[in-house]
Amino acid sequence: MMKKLLIVIPSYNEEAALPKLLNELKTTAFLNSFIVMPLVVNDCSRDRTEAVAKDCGEKVISLVNNLGIGGAVQAGIKYAKRNQFDYVLQMDGDGQHPPAEVNKLLQAAIETNADVIIGSRFINRQGFQTSFTRRLGIKYFHWLNRLLTHKSIYDTTSGFRLLGSRAINLAATYYPDDYPEPESLIFFSRAGLTIKEVAVVMRERQGGKSSIAGFSTLFYMTKVTLSSILSYVRKI
Amino acid sequence: MTKIQIIAIAINFFFLLYTSRLIVKGKLREEYAVIWWICAGVLFLFSIWSEGLGIISEFLGVQVPTNLIFSALIFVILIYLLHLSRVNSKLQHQVTRLTQELAILNQRLEALETENRTK
Repeated sequence: MMKKLLIVIPSYNEEAALPKLLNELKTTAFLNSFIVMPLVVNDCSRDRTEAVAKDCGEKVISLVNNLGIGGAVQAGIKYAKRNQFDYVLQMDGDGQHPPAEVNKLLQAAIETNADVIIGSRFINRQGFQTSFTRRLGIKYFHWLNRLLTHKSIYDTTSGFRLLGSRAINLAATYYPDDYPEPESLIFFSRAGLTIKEVAVVMRERQGGKSSIAGFSTLFYMTKVTLSSILSYVRKI
Repeated sequence: MTKIQIIAIAINFFFLLYTSRLIVKGKLREEYAVIWWICAGVLFLFSIWSEGLGIISEFLGVQVPTNLIFSALIFVILIYLLHLSRVNSKLQHQVTRLTQELAILNQRLEALETENRTK
């Protein structure tokens, strides 16, 4: 049976990198058992993100307020739920996540039947490995995640992930706003979903800026720590 | 009656008038008005019964009456701020949902329109 896959691409001011990514998606050969549809979620960009994506002939949903990455991804997840998609793949709009790697996640979903599959940079240590301080932060999140869920996930901040239908249903009702990746994993795992990690090769971003830099790093760490712990104690 | 009492009563009167006007015009929700009215009521009480503050302070064992005012007010303001943050969080959540719904609907509408045009 064919499975429907929605590729959600949350984009904020990504006019530079988006066309290349969308064209690459078009030419990528995905696994045969999947019908793939990309969806660009334009998070109230101030540049031509929406026009650029439409020029590529892709579906776009445009948020009238800037909701941040969590709200944008959740909008895509809600879209998937309404339109009966079996899987949602979240992928950054800046070209960090090569479309060719998508198949690795799909393959893992078929083989393991896990609800959440994370594309990880660190299992095989191939491709772009980001800076030392960032890796330190990611190590910390790995430790936090292991403490709270007793599971060992290395790349908890990875924005390259595949959600199955159970995860879609959960995330449509609750999804964190600001820095959703590490927290949502704790939430998913507490809800009894199975999470698997797959080695992928990532690239350096092709344009745009990271949402986390400078002073906001500290804020990011604190906020994620707090929300992770809250997610741990909160009733589901 | 001292000058300050008269001034306090006058300010109180206008305060009550203004909050009532805001409610009548539908610019303030009733539950907020109740809080402001209680504040105005307390202010009014002590502007008439000015020695009352001293009596209550003595009863509670507060040496300087002004300290009683400050601690009571800070306490009330803190609770009120907490309430406002709660309201704010709820509103933020609602805005998020509305924004997402609007985006999905918009997309659907555009898709339907183009479908119609090509028919």
